[in-house]
Amino acid sequence: MSSATVSVVTILIIVAIGAAIGFLAGVHRKMNLEQWTVGGRGFGVVLVFLLMAGEVYTTFAFLGASGWAYSRGGPALYVLAYLTLAYVVSFFFLPQLWEVGRKHGMQTLSDFFSVRYGNKYLAGFVCVVGIVCFIPYLQLQLTGVGIIVSVASFDGIGRTPAMAIAVVLLVAFVFASGVRAVAWVSVVKDALMVFAALAIGIGIPLIHFGGIGPMFAALAHSRPAHLTMPGATTNLGHAWFISTVLLTSLGFYMWPHAFAATFTARSADTLRRNAVVMPLYTLTLVFIFFAGFAAVLIVPGLANGDLAMLTVVRRSFPPWFLGLVGGAGALTAMVPAAIFILTAATLFAKNLYRPVFAPAMTDDQVAKLARSMVIVLGLISLCLAIYSSTTLVSLLLTGYAGVTQFFPGVVLGLYWKRVTTSAVFAGVIVGVAAAVFLMLSHRDPLFGLSAGFLALCLNFLITVFGSLLTPALSKGRLDITRPTADQNIGQRS
Amino acid sequence: MDVKKPSVGALLLGSIPFAAMCFSVSLWDRIDPILFGMPFNLFWLICWIALTSSCLWAAYQLETARDKRTGRTQ
Repeated sequence: MSSATVSVVTILIIVAIGAAIGFLAGVHRKMNLEQWTVGGRGFGVVLVFLLMAGEVYTTFAFLGASGWAYSRGGPALYVLAYLTLAYVVSFFFLPQLWEVGRKHGMQTLSDFFSVRYGNKYLAGFVCVVGIVCFIPYLQLQLTGVGIIVSVASFDGIGRTPAMAIAVVLLVAFVFASGVRAVAWVSVVKDALMVFAALAIGIGIPLIHFGGIGPMFAALAHSRPAHLTMPGATTNLGHAWFISTVLLTSLGFYMWPHAFAATFTARSADTLRRNAVVMPLYTLTLVFIFFAGFAAVLIVPGLANGDLAMLTVVRRSFPPWFLGLVGGAGALTAMVPAAIFILTAATLFAKNLYRPVFAPAMTDDQVAKLARSMVIVLGLISLCLAIYSSTTLVSLLLTGYAGVTQFFPGVVLGLYWKRVTTSAVFAGVIVGVAAAVFLMLSHRDPLFGLSAGFLALCLNFLITVFGSLLTPALSKGRLDITRPTADQNIGQRS
Repeated sequence: MDVKKPSVGALLLGSIPFAAMCFSVSLWDRIDPILFGMPFNLFWLICWIALTSSCLWAAYQLETARDKRTGRTQ
Protein backbone atom coordinates (compact mmCIF):
# COMPACT_ATOMS: atom_id res chain seq x y z
CA MET A 1 0.00 0.00 0.00
CA SER A 2 1.20 3.51 -0.72
CA SER A 3 1.70 5.83 2.23
CA ALA A 4 -1.31 7.91 1.18
CA THR A 5 -3.57 4.83 1.25
CA VAL A 6 -2.34 3.82 4.69
CA SER A 7 -3.03 7.22 6.19
CA VAL A 8 -6.40 7.66 4.44
CA VAL A 9 -7.58 4.27 5.70
CA THR A 10 -6.41 5.05 9.24
CA ILE A 11 -8.23 8.40 9.21
CA LEU A 12 -11.46 6.85 7.94
CA ILE A 13 -11.41 4.04 10.52
CA ILE A 14 -10.91 6.46 13.42
CA VAL A 15 -13.61 8.84 12.24
CA ALA A 16 -16.03 5.96 11.65
CA ILE A 17 -15.45 4.57 15.16
CA GLY A 18 -15.95 8.01 16.70
CA ALA A 19 -19.16 8.66 14.77
CA ALA A 20 -20.54 5.20 15.60
CA ILE A 21 -19.97 5.74 19.32
CA GLY A 22 -21.71 9.08 19.12
CA PHE A 23 -24.62 7.55 17.29
CA LEU A 24 -25.03 4.76 19.85
CA ALA A 25 -24.67 7.04 22.90
CA GLY A 26 -28.32 8.03 22.98
CA VAL A 27 -29.95 4.80 21.80
CA HIS A 28 -32.54 3.44 24.25
CA ARG A 29 -33.04 6.86 25.78
CA LYS A 30 -36.12 8.94 25.23
CA MET A 31 -34.84 12.18 23.70
CA ASN A 32 -36.83 15.03 25.16
CA LEU A 33 -35.44 18.57 25.26
CA GLU A 34 -33.92 18.16 28.73
CA GLN A 35 -32.20 14.90 27.77
CA TRP A 36 -31.00 16.20 24.43
CA THR A 37 -29.54 19.53 25.61
CA VAL A 38 -28.30 18.87 29.15
CA GLY A 39 -28.24 15.06 29.34
CA GLY A 40 -31.07 15.01 31.89
CA ARG A 41 -28.75 16.80 34.37
CA GLY A 42 -27.27 13.44 35.28
CA PHE A 43 -23.57 13.62 34.34
CA GLY A 44 -21.07 12.69 37.05
CA VAL A 45 -17.49 13.92 37.43
CA VAL A 46 -16.16 11.70 34.64
CA LEU A 47 -18.69 12.63 31.93
CA VAL A 48 -18.60 16.34 32.83
CA PHE A 49 -14.82 16.20 32.67
CA LEU A 50 -14.96 14.51 29.26
CA LEU A 51 -17.49 16.99 27.95
CA MET A 52 -15.61 20.04 29.19
CA ALA A 53 -12.21 18.67 28.23
CA GLY A 54 -13.67 17.81 24.83
CA GLU A 55 -14.63 21.43 24.45
CA VAL A 56 -11.14 22.62 25.38
CA TYR A 57 -9.17 20.51 22.97
CA THR A 58 -10.50 22.07 19.82
CA THR A 59 -8.78 22.50 16.48
CA PHE A 60 -7.68 25.81 17.86
CA ALA A 61 -5.60 24.17 20.57
CA PHE A 62 -4.22 21.66 18.11
CA LEU A 63 -3.34 23.87 15.13
CA GLY A 64 -3.81 27.43 16.36
CA ALA A 65 -1.64 27.21 19.49
CA SER A 66 1.22 25.50 17.67
CA GLY A 67 0.70 27.95 14.79
CA TRP A 68 1.11 30.90 17.13
CA ALA A 69 4.17 29.36 18.80
CA TYR A 70 5.57 29.04 15.29
CA SER A 71 4.64 32.40 13.80
CA ARG A 72 4.58 34.68 16.88
CA GLY A 73 6.57 32.88 19.57
CA GLY A 74 6.32 34.10 23.19
CA PRO A 75 2.83 35.66 23.05
CA ALA A 76 1.41 32.17 22.35
CA LEU A 77 2.06 31.33 26.01
CA TYR A 78 -1.12 33.24 26.86
CA VAL A 79 -2.98 30.02 25.94
CA LEU A 80 -1.46 28.09 28.87
CA ALA A 81 -2.21 30.91 31.31
CA TYR A 82 -5.77 31.65 30.26
CA LEU A 83 -7.01 28.04 30.12
CA THR A 84 -5.68 27.37 33.61
CA LEU A 85 -7.14 30.58 35.03
CA ALA A 86 -10.48 29.96 33.33
CA TYR A 87 -10.96 26.98 35.68
CA VAL A 88 -10.09 29.14 38.67
CA VAL A 89 -12.85 31.55 37.63
CA SER A 90 -15.24 28.66 37.06
CA PHE A 91 -14.65 27.34 40.59
CA PHE A 92 -16.22 30.50 41.99
CA PHE A 93 -19.41 30.74 39.99
CA LEU A 94 -20.33 27.53 38.15
CA PRO A 95 -21.53 25.66 41.28
CA GLN A 96 -23.78 28.60 42.16
CA LEU A 97 -24.97 28.86 38.56
CA TRP A 98 -25.77 25.16 38.62
CA GLU A 99 -27.95 25.55 41.75
CA VAL A 100 -29.88 28.39 40.16
CA GLY A 101 -30.13 26.51 36.88
CA ARG A 102 -31.61 23.43 38.49
CA LYS A 103 -34.18 25.41 40.43
CA HIS A 104 -35.42 27.16 37.32
CA GLY A 105 -34.93 24.46 34.70
CA MET A 106 -32.33 26.44 32.73
CA GLN A 107 -30.73 24.85 29.70
CA THR A 108 -29.10 27.77 27.91
CA LEU A 109 -27.27 31.04 28.50
CA SER A 110 -30.33 32.98 27.39
CA ASP A 111 -32.47 31.11 29.93
CA PHE A 112 -30.32 32.65 32.65
CA PHE A 113 -30.83 36.18 31.37
CA SER A 114 -34.51 35.56 30.84
CA VAL A 115 -35.09 34.24 34.37
CA ARG A 116 -32.76 36.63 36.20
CA TYR A 117 -33.75 39.82 34.41
CA GLY A 118 -37.23 38.90 33.19
CA ASN A 119 -36.78 40.66 29.87
CA LYS A 120 -37.27 38.69 26.68
CA TYR A 121 -35.50 41.29 24.54
CA LEU A 122 -32.36 41.09 26.67
CA ALA A 123 -32.53 37.28 26.48
CA GLY A 124 -33.10 37.48 22.73
CA PHE A 125 -30.17 39.87 22.29
CA VAL A 126 -27.88 37.59 24.27
CA CYS A 127 -29.06 34.71 22.13
CA VAL A 128 -28.34 36.52 18.84
CA VAL A 129 -24.89 37.71 19.98
CA GLY A 130 -24.11 34.19 21.19
CA ILE A 131 -25.05 32.61 17.87
CA VAL A 132 -23.18 35.24 15.84
CA CYS A 133 -20.00 34.72 17.92
CA PHE A 134 -20.35 30.98 17.37
CA ILE A 135 -20.16 31.31 13.60
CA PRO A 136 -16.44 32.11 13.39
CA TYR A 137 -15.68 29.47 16.03
CA LEU A 138 -17.65 26.86 14.14
CA GLN A 139 -16.15 27.87 10.83
CA LEU A 140 -12.73 27.58 12.43
CA GLN A 141 -13.41 23.94 13.37
CA LEU A 142 -14.51 22.99 9.87
CA THR A 143 -11.61 24.81 8.25
CA GLY A 144 -9.46 22.83 10.68
CA VAL A 145 -10.94 19.49 9.58
CA GLY A 146 -10.18 20.43 5.98
CA ILE A 147 -6.57 21.35 6.74
CA ILE A 148 -5.86 18.36 8.99
CA VAL A 149 -7.38 15.69 6.76
CA SER A 150 -5.91 17.00 3.52
CA VAL A 151 -2.39 17.34 4.93
CA ALA A 152 -2.53 14.03 6.82
CA SER A 153 -3.80 12.09 3.81
CA PHE A 154 -1.04 13.43 1.54
CA ASP A 155 -3.82 15.34 -0.24
CA GLY A 156 -5.61 12.02 -0.87
CA ILE A 157 -8.80 13.56 0.56
CA GLY A 158 -9.40 17.16 -0.51
CA ARG A 159 -10.43 19.91 1.93
CA THR A 160 -14.00 20.26 0.71
CA PRO A 161 -14.92 16.55 0.72
CA ALA A 162 -13.28 16.22 4.16
CA MET A 163 -15.40 19.06 5.52
CA ALA A 164 -18.54 17.68 3.90
CA ILE A 165 -18.07 14.18 5.36
CA ALA A 166 -17.36 15.64 8.80
CA VAL A 167 -20.51 17.78 8.74
CA VAL A 168 -22.76 14.90 7.64
CA LEU A 169 -21.42 12.62 10.39
CA LEU A 170 -21.60 15.16 13.17
CA VAL A 171 -25.07 16.32 12.22
CA ALA A 172 -26.17 12.68 12.29
CA PHE A 173 -24.89 11.94 15.77
CA VAL A 174 -26.01 15.23 17.28
CA PHE A 175 -29.45 14.76 15.76
CA ALA A 176 -29.71 11.27 17.20
CA SER A 177 -28.09 11.56 20.63
CA GLY A 178 -27.65 15.23 21.57
CA VAL A 179 -25.14 16.19 24.25
CA ARG A 180 -24.60 12.58 25.33
CA ALA A 181 -23.10 11.86 21.90
CA VAL A 182 -20.68 14.73 22.29
CA ALA A 183 -19.45 13.51 25.68
CA TRP A 184 -18.92 9.95 24.45
CA VAL A 185 -17.16 10.85 21.19
CA SER A 186 -14.85 12.93 23.38
CA VAL A 187 -13.65 9.71 25.00
CA VAL A 188 -12.19 8.44 21.73
CA LYS A 189 -11.00 11.83 20.64
CA ASP A 190 -9.24 12.80 23.85
CA ALA A 191 -7.52 9.46 24.28
CA LEU A 192 -6.12 9.75 20.76
CA MET A 193 -5.26 13.43 21.15
CA VAL A 194 -3.31 12.98 24.35
CA PHE A 195 -1.39 10.12 22.79
CA ALA A 196 -0.73 12.12 19.61
CA ALA A 197 0.26 15.27 21.55
CA LEU A 198 2.77 13.36 23.68
CA ALA A 199 4.23 11.51 20.70
CA ILE A 200 4.53 14.67 18.63
CA GLY A 201 5.81 16.92 21.41
CA ILE A 202 8.47 14.47 22.52
CA GLY A 203 9.15 12.81 19.16
CA ILE A 204 9.77 15.84 16.96
CA PRO A 205 12.44 17.49 19.15
CA LEU A 206 14.00 14.06 19.67
CA ILE A 207 14.18 13.21 15.96
CA HIS A 208 15.48 16.59 14.81
CA PHE A 209 17.53 17.86 17.76
CA GLY A 210 18.10 14.91 20.07
CA GLY A 211 15.69 16.14 22.77
CA ILE A 212 13.62 19.02 24.12
CA GLY A 213 16.58 20.64 25.88
CA PRO A 214 18.82 20.78 22.78
CA MET A 215 15.85 22.08 20.74
CA PHE A 216 15.31 25.05 23.06
CA ALA A 217 19.05 25.60 23.32
CA ALA A 218 19.27 25.84 19.53
CA LEU A 219 16.31 28.21 19.45
CA ALA A 220 17.68 30.36 22.30
CA HIS A 221 20.94 30.57 20.37
CA SER A 222 19.60 31.45 16.91
CA ARG A 223 16.28 33.20 17.65
CA PRO A 224 16.33 34.28 21.34
CA ALA A 225 13.71 37.01 20.85
CA HIS A 226 11.21 34.46 19.59
CA LEU A 227 10.88 32.78 22.98
CA THR A 228 9.74 35.79 25.03
CA MET A 229 7.12 38.47 24.50
CA PRO A 230 6.51 40.24 22.13
CA GLY A 231 8.26 37.49 20.14
CA ALA A 232 7.95 37.92 16.40
CA THR A 233 5.30 40.64 16.82
CA THR A 234 5.69 44.32 17.63
CA ASN A 235 2.58 45.00 19.69
CA LEU A 236 1.88 41.86 21.75
CA GLY A 237 3.80 42.76 24.92
CA HIS A 238 3.13 42.28 28.61
CA ALA A 239 0.14 44.64 28.81
CA TRP A 240 -1.42 42.74 25.93
CA PHE A 241 -0.71 39.45 27.72
CA ILE A 242 -2.37 40.53 30.99
CA SER A 243 -5.42 42.03 29.30
CA THR A 244 -5.88 39.09 26.92
CA VAL A 245 -5.50 36.50 29.67
CA LEU A 246 -8.10 38.36 31.78
CA LEU A 247 -10.49 38.71 28.85
CA THR A 248 -10.29 35.09 27.77
CA SER A 249 -10.23 33.49 31.22
CA LEU A 250 -13.31 35.47 32.30
CA GLY A 251 -14.96 34.81 28.95
CA PHE A 252 -14.25 31.10 28.74
CA TYR A 253 -17.49 29.95 30.38
CA MET A 254 -19.48 32.69 28.64
CA TRP A 255 -19.38 30.68 25.44
CA PRO A 256 -22.95 29.43 25.23
CA HIS A 257 -21.85 25.79 24.92
CA ALA A 258 -19.55 25.93 27.95
CA PHE A 259 -22.29 27.67 29.93
CA ALA A 260 -24.77 24.96 28.96
CA ALA A 261 -22.31 22.19 29.84
CA THR A 262 -22.63 23.37 33.46
CA PHE A 263 -26.23 22.18 33.52
CA THR A 264 -25.32 18.61 32.52
CA ALA A 265 -23.65 18.08 35.92
CA ARG A 266 -25.32 15.91 38.54
CA SER A 267 -24.42 18.25 41.41
CA ALA A 268 -22.65 21.50 42.25
CA ASP A 269 -19.92 19.44 43.86
CA THR A 270 -19.21 17.75 40.50
CA LEU A 271 -18.38 21.15 39.04
CA ARG A 272 -16.09 22.13 41.92
CA ARG A 273 -14.15 18.89 41.66
CA ASN A 274 -13.96 19.29 37.93
CA ALA A 275 -12.42 22.75 38.34
CA VAL A 276 -9.72 21.27 40.59
CA VAL A 277 -8.74 18.62 38.02
CA MET A 278 -9.12 20.51 34.74
CA PRO A 279 -5.96 22.68 34.98
CA LEU A 280 -3.84 19.51 34.91
CA TYR A 281 -5.32 18.68 31.55
CA THR A 282 -3.80 21.90 30.21
CA LEU A 283 -0.40 20.24 30.69
CA THR A 284 -0.96 18.13 27.59
CA LEU A 285 -1.06 21.35 25.56
CA VAL A 286 2.54 22.03 26.55
CA PHE A 287 3.61 19.26 24.18
CA ILE A 288 1.83 20.96 21.30
CA PHE A 289 3.95 24.02 22.08
CA PHE A 290 7.14 21.97 21.87
CA ALA A 291 6.15 20.96 18.35
CA GLY A 292 5.29 24.54 17.35
CA PHE A 293 8.62 25.86 18.62
CA ALA A 294 10.54 23.03 16.95
CA ALA A 295 8.88 23.88 13.65
CA VAL A 296 10.49 27.34 13.74
CA LEU A 297 13.86 25.77 13.06
CA ILE A 298 12.75 22.77 10.98
CA VAL A 299 10.42 24.41 8.46
CA PRO A 300 11.08 28.17 8.64
CA GLY A 301 9.21 30.63 6.44
CA LEU A 302 5.78 28.97 6.06
CA ALA A 303 3.16 31.52 5.04
CA ASN A 304 0.39 29.91 7.09
CA GLY A 305 1.50 29.13 10.66
CA ASP A 306 -1.54 26.88 11.18
CA LEU A 307 0.10 24.33 8.90
CA ALA A 308 3.44 24.32 10.75
CA MET A 309 2.87 21.40 13.11
CA LEU A 310 1.31 19.07 10.55
CA THR A 311 4.02 19.82 8.02
CA VAL A 312 6.66 18.79 10.54
CA VAL A 313 4.69 15.70 11.54
CA ARG A 314 4.39 14.69 7.91
CA ARG A 315 8.13 15.04 7.54
CA SER A 316 9.02 13.13 10.71
CA PHE A 317 6.62 10.22 11.20
CA PRO A 318 5.44 7.10 9.29
CA PRO A 319 2.12 7.22 7.34
CA TRP A 320 0.05 5.25 9.87
CA PHE A 321 0.96 7.76 12.58
CA LEU A 322 0.10 10.62 10.28
CA GLY A 323 -3.26 8.93 9.69
CA LEU A 324 -3.77 8.63 13.44
CA VAL A 325 -3.01 12.33 13.92
CA GLY A 326 -5.34 13.09 11.02
CA GLY A 327 -8.17 11.00 12.47
CA ALA A 328 -7.69 12.42 15.97
CA GLY A 329 -7.50 15.90 14.51
CA ALA A 330 -10.69 15.40 12.54
CA LEU A 331 -12.56 14.25 15.66
CA THR A 332 -11.01 17.16 17.55
CA ALA A 333 -12.75 19.51 15.17
CA MET A 334 -15.97 17.51 14.95
CA VAL A 335 -16.66 17.27 18.70
CA PRO A 336 -16.59 21.01 19.36
CA ALA A 337 -18.40 21.69 16.09
CA ALA A 338 -21.10 19.26 17.22
CA ILE A 339 -21.58 20.97 20.59
CA PHE A 340 -21.66 24.41 18.94
CA ILE A 341 -24.34 23.32 16.51
CA LEU A 342 -26.31 21.67 19.31
CA THR A 343 -26.14 24.80 21.47
CA ALA A 344 -26.91 27.23 18.67
CA ALA A 345 -29.89 25.13 17.55
CA THR A 346 -31.28 25.03 21.10
CA LEU A 347 -30.74 28.76 21.56
CA PHE A 348 -32.51 29.50 18.30
CA ALA A 349 -35.51 27.28 18.96
CA LYS A 350 -35.94 27.91 22.68
CA ASN A 351 -34.84 31.50 23.19
CA LEU A 352 -35.51 33.19 19.88
CA TYR A 353 -38.19 31.39 17.88
CA ARG A 354 -40.55 30.39 20.67
CA PRO A 355 -40.65 33.67 22.64
CA VAL A 356 -40.90 35.85 19.55
CA PHE A 357 -42.95 33.85 17.02
CA ALA A 358 -44.77 31.02 18.75
CA PRO A 359 -45.20 31.40 22.52
CA ALA A 360 -47.63 28.47 22.58
CA MET A 361 -45.04 25.87 21.53
CA THR A 362 -44.55 22.93 23.89
CA ASP A 363 -41.11 21.70 24.94
CA ASP A 364 -41.46 18.72 22.62
CA GLN A 365 -42.12 20.96 19.66
CA VAL A 366 -39.12 23.09 20.62
CA ALA A 367 -37.01 19.93 20.74
CA LYS A 368 -38.23 18.94 17.28
CA LEU A 369 -37.45 22.40 15.88
CA ALA A 370 -34.00 22.40 17.52
CA ARG A 371 -33.18 19.05 15.98
CA SER A 372 -34.12 20.16 12.49
CA MET A 373 -32.11 23.36 13.03
CA VAL A 374 -29.06 21.13 13.54
CA ILE A 375 -29.27 20.16 9.87
CA VAL A 376 -29.76 23.76 8.70
CA LEU A 377 -26.86 25.07 10.82
CA GLY A 378 -24.61 22.26 9.63
CA LEU A 379 -25.20 23.26 6.02
CA ILE A 380 -24.74 26.99 6.67
CA SER A 381 -21.43 26.49 8.45
CA LEU A 382 -20.22 24.15 5.72
CA CYS A 383 -20.88 26.82 3.08
CA LEU A 384 -19.09 29.46 5.18
CA ALA A 385 -16.09 27.23 5.70
CA ILE A 386 -15.83 26.45 1.99
CA TYR A 387 -16.15 30.03 0.80
CA SER A 388 -14.06 32.00 3.30
CA SER A 389 -10.83 31.66 5.21
CA THR A 390 -8.87 33.50 7.89
CA THR A 391 -6.18 32.33 10.30
CA LEU A 392 -7.50 30.47 13.29
CA VAL A 393 -6.47 32.55 16.30
CA SER A 394 -7.74 35.88 15.02
CA LEU A 395 -11.16 34.33 14.39
CA LEU A 396 -11.25 32.96 17.90
CA LEU A 397 -10.23 36.20 19.60
CA THR A 398 -13.00 38.09 17.79
CA GLY A 399 -15.61 35.69 19.13
CA TYR A 400 -14.13 35.92 22.65
CA ALA A 401 -14.41 39.70 22.66
CA GLY A 402 -18.13 39.27 21.93
CA VAL A 403 -19.16 36.54 24.37
CA THR A 404 -17.13 37.91 27.30
CA GLN A 405 -19.52 40.86 27.37
CA PHE A 406 -22.03 38.54 29.08
CA PHE A 407 -19.74 38.19 32.10
CA PRO A 408 -20.94 41.22 34.14
CA GLY A 409 -24.58 40.24 33.58
CA VAL A 410 -23.97 36.68 34.73
CA VAL A 411 -21.67 37.21 37.71
CA LEU A 412 -23.31 40.38 39.06
CA GLY A 413 -26.64 38.71 38.41
CA LEU A 414 -25.65 35.86 40.68
CA TYR A 415 -24.00 37.82 43.47
CA TRP A 416 -25.31 41.39 43.49
CA LYS A 417 -28.90 42.08 44.52
CA ARG A 418 -28.84 45.64 43.27
CA VAL A 419 -28.01 44.98 39.59
CA THR A 420 -30.80 46.12 37.25
CA THR A 421 -32.07 44.95 33.87
CA SER A 422 -31.61 48.23 32.04
CA ALA A 423 -28.03 48.64 33.27
CA VAL A 424 -27.10 45.11 32.18
CA PHE A 425 -28.79 45.62 28.83
CA ALA A 426 -26.94 48.93 28.27
CA GLY A 427 -23.64 47.39 29.38
CA VAL A 428 -23.91 44.42 27.03
CA ILE A 429 -24.91 46.57 24.05
CA VAL A 430 -22.08 49.08 24.61
CA GLY A 431 -19.57 46.30 25.28
CA VAL A 432 -20.44 44.37 22.14
CA ALA A 433 -20.56 47.53 20.02
CA ALA A 434 -17.19 48.73 21.33
CA ALA A 435 -15.56 45.33 20.75
CA VAL A 436 -16.94 45.06 17.23
CA PHE A 437 -15.97 48.63 16.35
CA LEU A 438 -12.40 48.33 17.66
CA MET A 439 -11.79 44.99 16.00
CA LEU A 440 -13.31 45.81 12.63
CA SER A 441 -11.43 49.11 12.45
CA HIS A 442 -8.18 47.24 13.24
CA ARG A 443 -7.60 49.02 16.54
CA ASP A 444 -6.78 45.78 18.36
CA PRO A 445 -4.61 45.98 20.41
CA LEU A 446 -5.33 49.57 21.49
CA PHE A 447 -2.68 51.28 23.69
CA GLY A 448 -1.09 47.84 24.01
CA LEU A 449 -4.26 46.39 25.59
CA SER A 450 -6.64 43.84 24.11
CA ALA A 451 -9.62 45.64 22.56
CA GLY A 452 -12.10 43.13 23.96
CA PHE A 453 -10.74 43.78 27.44
CA LEU A 454 -11.26 47.54 27.09
CA ALA A 455 -14.82 46.87 25.93
CA LEU A 456 -15.35 44.62 28.97
CA CYS A 457 -14.12 47.35 31.36
CA LEU A 458 -16.53 49.83 29.77
CA ASN A 459 -19.32 47.28 30.07
CA PHE A 460 -18.55 46.67 33.77
CA LEU A 461 -18.55 50.39 34.56
CA ILE A 462 -21.87 50.94 32.79
CA THR A 463 -23.46 47.93 34.47
CA VAL A 464 -22.32 48.92 37.97
CA PHE A 465 -23.02 52.66 37.81
CA GLY A 466 -26.17 52.15 35.72
CA SER A 467 -27.50 49.76 38.38
CA LEU A 468 -26.85 52.29 41.14
CA LEU A 469 -28.63 55.02 39.19
CA THR A 470 -31.73 53.04 38.14
CA PRO A 471 -34.41 51.85 40.56
CA ALA A 472 -34.01 48.29 41.87
CA LEU A 473 -36.12 45.52 40.36
CA SER A 474 -39.45 44.69 41.95
CA LYS A 475 -39.13 42.18 44.74
CA GLY A 476 -40.66 39.11 43.10
CA ARG A 477 -38.36 39.04 40.11
CA LEU A 478 -35.18 39.77 41.96
CA ASP A 479 -34.55 36.64 43.93
CA ILE A 480 -34.11 34.02 41.28
CA THR A 481 -32.53 31.82 43.87
CA ARG A 482 -35.55 31.64 46.14
CA PRO A 483 -37.42 28.51 45.05
CA THR A 484 -41.11 28.85 44.33
CA ALA A 485 -43.44 25.92 43.82
CA ASP A 486 -44.27 26.53 40.16
CA GLN A 487 -40.69 27.07 39.08
CA ASN A 488 -39.28 23.68 39.88
CA ILE A 489 -39.49 22.50 36.29
CA GLY A 490 -36.00 21.17 36.11
CA GLN A 491 -35.82 19.62 39.57
CA ARG A 492 -34.45 16.12 39.56
CA SER A 493 -35.38 13.67 42.30
CA MET B 1 -28.98 36.95 47.90
CA ASP B 2 -29.62 33.29 48.65
CA VAL B 3 -26.78 32.08 46.45
CA LYS B 4 -24.00 30.88 48.72
CA LYS B 5 -21.06 33.21 48.10
CA PRO B 6 -17.57 31.71 48.00
CA SER B 7 -15.67 32.15 51.28
CA VAL B 8 -12.95 34.78 51.63
CA GLY B 9 -10.31 32.11 52.17
CA ALA B 10 -11.25 30.33 48.97
CA LEU B 11 -11.19 33.60 47.04
CA LEU B 12 -7.73 34.39 48.39
CA LEU B 13 -6.51 30.96 47.29
CA GLY B 14 -8.05 31.59 43.87
CA SER B 15 -6.27 34.92 43.49
CA ILE B 16 -2.83 33.33 43.91
CA PRO B 17 -2.75 31.75 40.40
CA PHE B 18 -3.88 35.06 38.89
CA ALA B 19 -0.99 36.85 40.56
CA ALA B 20 1.48 34.19 39.49
CA MET B 21 0.39 33.49 35.90
CA CYS B 22 -1.05 36.80 34.79
CA PHE B 23 -0.16 40.02 36.64
CA SER B 24 3.48 39.18 37.31
CA VAL B 25 4.30 38.41 33.67
CA SER B 26 7.13 40.95 33.39
CA LEU B 27 8.95 39.24 36.28
CA TRP B 28 9.10 35.79 34.70
CA ASP B 29 8.97 36.38 30.95
CA ARG B 30 12.60 35.60 30.16
CA ILE B 31 14.70 32.75 28.78
CA ASP B 32 17.27 32.37 31.58
CA PRO B 33 17.71 30.39 33.68
CA ILE B 34 16.93 27.44 31.42
CA LEU B 35 15.44 24.74 33.65
CA PHE B 36 14.85 21.14 32.56
CA GLY B 37 15.77 22.26 29.07
CA MET B 38 12.97 24.82 28.90
CA PRO B 39 13.04 28.61 28.80
CA PHE B 40 12.13 30.08 32.18
CA ASN B 41 8.76 31.53 31.11
CA LEU B 42 7.52 28.17 29.85
CA PHE B 43 8.87 26.36 32.90
CA TRP B 44 7.20 28.87 35.22
CA LEU B 45 3.79 28.43 33.56
CA ILE B 46 4.05 24.63 33.67
CA CYS B 47 4.82 24.75 37.41
CA TRP B 48 1.86 27.03 38.00
CA ILE B 49 -0.54 24.83 36.08
CA ALA B 50 0.17 22.14 38.69
CA LEU B 51 0.18 24.63 41.59
CA THR B 52 -3.17 26.07 40.43
CA SER B 53 -4.71 22.65 40.86
CA SER B 54 -3.29 22.53 44.40
CA CYS B 55 -4.69 25.97 45.22
CA LEU B 56 -8.13 24.94 43.98
CA TRP B 57 -7.90 21.67 45.89
CA ALA B 58 -7.28 23.67 49.09
CA ALA B 59 -10.16 25.99 48.20
CA TYR B 60 -12.34 22.92 47.64
CA GLN B 61 -11.49 21.64 51.13
CA LEU B 62 -12.43 25.01 52.62
CA GLU B 63 -15.74 25.17 50.75
CA THR B 64 -16.82 21.62 51.56
CA ALA B 65 -15.83 22.05 55.21
CA ARG B 66 -17.95 25.18 55.36
CA ASP B 67 -20.86 23.43 53.63
CA LYS B 68 -20.70 20.66 56.21
CA ARG B 69 -20.62 23.14 59.07
CA THR B 70 -23.55 25.21 57.90
CA GLY B 71 -25.50 22.25 56.51
CA ARG B 72 -26.64 22.08 52.88
CA THR B 73 -29.75 24.07 52.20
CA GLN B 74 -31.09 21.57 49.69
